[in-house]
Amino acid sequence: MSVSFGRMETILERYPPSPEHLVSALQEVQAEFNFIPPEALTAVCNHLGVPVARGWAVATFYKSFSLEPKGEHDVCVCMGTACHVKGATNVYDKLRRDLEIPGSEGTTGDLKFSLNKVRCLGCCSMGPVARVDDEIHGNLNQRKAGQLVKDYRKR
Amino acid sequence: MKITNLEDLQKVKDAGLASLYPPKPKILVGMATCGLAAGAQQVYDLLRRKAEADAWDGVVEKTGCIGFCYKEPLVDLIWPASPRLTYELMTPKAVESFWEEMNSIRYPEKRLLGRIDVDEMLLDGGPRRLYRRKQLKGFLASVPLYEELDFFKMQRRLAMRNCGFIDPDNLEHYIARGGYAALYQALTAMTPEEVIEQIIASGLRGRGGGGFPTGVKWQSCRKAKGWPKYVLCNADEGDPGAYMDRSLIEGDPHSILEGMLIGGYAIGASEGYIYVRAEYPLAVKTLQNAIFAAREAGFLGENLFGTGFNFDLKINLGGGAFVCGESTALMASIEGHPGEPKAKYVHTVEKGLWGRPSNLNNVETWANVPVIIGKGADWYKSIGTPGSTGTKIFSLVGQVKNVGLVEVPMGVTIKDMVMAIGGGVPGDREFKAVQTGGPSGGCIPKEKWDLPIDFDSLWEAGSIMGSGGMIVMDQSTCMVDVAKYFLDFLMDESCGKCTPCRLGLKRMHAMLEEFSRGQGTLEDLDELTSLAQAVQDASLCALGGSAPNPVLTTLRYFREEYEAHILKKQCPAKVCRDLITFTVNPELCSGCTLCARECPAGAIAGAKKEAHRINPALCIKCGACAEACKFGAIEIC
Repeated sequence: MSVSFGRMETILERYPPSPEHLVSALQEVQAEFNFIPPEALTAVCNHLGVPVARGWAVATFYKSFSLEPKGEHDVCVCMGTACHVKGATNVYDKLRRDLEIPGSEGTTGDLKFSLNKVRCLGCCSMGPVARVDDEIHGNLNQRKAGQLVKDYRKR
Repeated sequence: MKITNLEDLQKVKDAGLASLYPPKPKILVGMATCGLAAGAQQVYDLLRRKAEADAWDGVVEKTGCIGFCYKEPLVDLIWPASPRLTYELMTPKAVESFWEEMNSIRYPEKRLLGRIDVDEMLLDGGPRRLYRRKQLKGFLASVPLYEELDFFKMQRRLAMRNCGFIDPDNLEHYIARGGYAALYQALTAMTPEEVIEQIIASGLRGRGGGGFPTGVKWQSCRKAKGWPKYVLCNADEGDPGAYMDRSLIEGDPHSILEGMLIGGYAIGASEGYIYVRAEYPLAVKTLQNAIFAAREAGFLGENLFGTGFNFDLKINLGGGAFVCGESTALMASIEGHPGEPKAKYVHTVEKGLWGRPSNLNNVETWANVPVIIGKGADWYKSIGTPGSTGTKIFSLVGQVKNVGLVEVPMGVTIKDMVMAIGGGVPGDREFKAVQTGGPSGGCIPKEKWDLPIDFDSLWEAGSIMGSGGMIVMDQSTCMVDVAKYFLDFLMDESCGKCTPCRLGLKRMHAMLEEFSRGQGTLEDLDELTSLAQAVQDASLCALGGSAPNPVLTTLRYFREEYEAHILKKQCPAKVCRDLITFTVNPELCSGCTLCARECPAGAIAGAKKEAHRINPALCIKCGACAEACKFGAIEIC
């Protein structure tokens, strides 16, 4: 994916050149490109007057930023305490097997799915819970999780 | 329209009341994130389509979460001059028959959860009865009242006063229920010092976990030298298992804004920030709408109510780091730095955000402020216990029947919480412990369940109030696994700045990892305790300082479980994968082959209609077979 000058320009336009906007601006970059391309990180830092080194420190510190391209569908499995005691680990492992993710988290080879653990989506009453893109799916078990992947593959 | 005086406020209030209780039927759908997870959007869309298709003369509106999460999606029906009826578990299919019955017999009878006769209207001159008749007759009288339901009986809603009653995006609704009247009162009839006095007198303590007296914090910040000053709202609800802040924002955002405005006035600040998690997209959107509406109405901006007080608010999105709930880390994050805490030689009320005096409070604390100003400190103090006044919202989750958000007076016992409100543990399993305070808290065992829930009692028991997560655990929860889980969480979330937390937690985790495999010795338990002590003593911030709590409390109350892992190589709860085996009980197995088809490892073999067998060498212990089996034939030992 190329970082088009125009798309970056529209994001940067919204921010006055002040360091306090670093996190918010990077969040928009992440939303726009689905990851933080290094050239975009440099552009944001230059615009806000922040040393590029600090840009990297911030981009690698917060969990919501990814320096690798993410998949088309972002699957976040809640690993909060309520979900954990209701069997979220088994649900997560099922998704990892079905999506054939080699490590503990990651993106499928075809860039269709990214699988991540997230520390509490705040839907503790519906656990185990997963969020795929902007949709929340509650009361999951291994079978339902398998079906979820199948449904999203068809989209 | 700009609201500049009491008359304007009254006008908006009248309009709001007319819209809250219109002279035509009204349907409410609970559309906070938990409702949406249960499918409320489809229900809402379907109701809107039906209303449109039938040219129905009524209102379909969204509202926040009333707390009954295990009955979601919830739909309410309010006919004019009738009690409000709540319907549970409303799937799109249920909506079809609901709609038909509503049009034929007026009050659908299926899936009825309860009724509300009197709307409490906490901040608006007292209760409002929804109908005039002296007594209800026939069917309606048989519907249980909310206050008769186990889940609601002991509740007292102060912070959640509007959740589930108003459309969160509708400012008029908020004003109709007494909103912004406390702000008006504070700005026009009280000096900042008087406001602070009221908050101190109320005994309000920080609801984010620390339990520091709110009024005292405000006073220090007011007295601190430096300008500008800031008021901040901590909506970075990172504690896994707690979601009251999300629910408050999604159900009643203006209560937080109003609290911050009053706080800003008292402290002498004219700028505020709300630091909210990006993981809560709906909460962010609701806050944005609320800030926009408040600005349009003149509650944010310059010269509020013509008093010369200026105040404005900004939203800052969190980047998904648990440590950013810590005050100095949160401020570093707003400044655009990685969220690393600083040593607090100088308090943030003196030198906080950009080195200026800053007052940080949690969402729930802010939502309580208008109640204290509106009803008075003495009234507020009469609720709860002397040391912990007022109410607290808890998210009652985990292995409990009635899952949801409950707001109760401080001092309710754990037993009442789990058994009376929560309805006990599902199935025939037994209650074992309750975990409070998130990763910084601890597990409190059944023997201690008469403990009143307030800041000091929980502290003495080795746990903390925290933000109010209350995770119920039963025999199927392994305490070694729980301790390992929290360490895994904290290890991941440690910012890495100081050594005890960065390396100490890693070592502690490794030891627990060994125990969960049945390795290690009893001496290791002592080693673990001493290491935990070191991490507690030597860490810079509260994340590290409180990180050993889950380990220390489980060791204190459930030492025999650790010993079972180490000595007997057994996991009593049958959770730790290395210590369990899956087998098929041939007596119960019908040979339906379902488990064999579900098994991802191909470890199950057997012919149709014959008992199956699990090959332990291939089994990965994922539990897919146990989940699939309809006969309970899979045994874990």
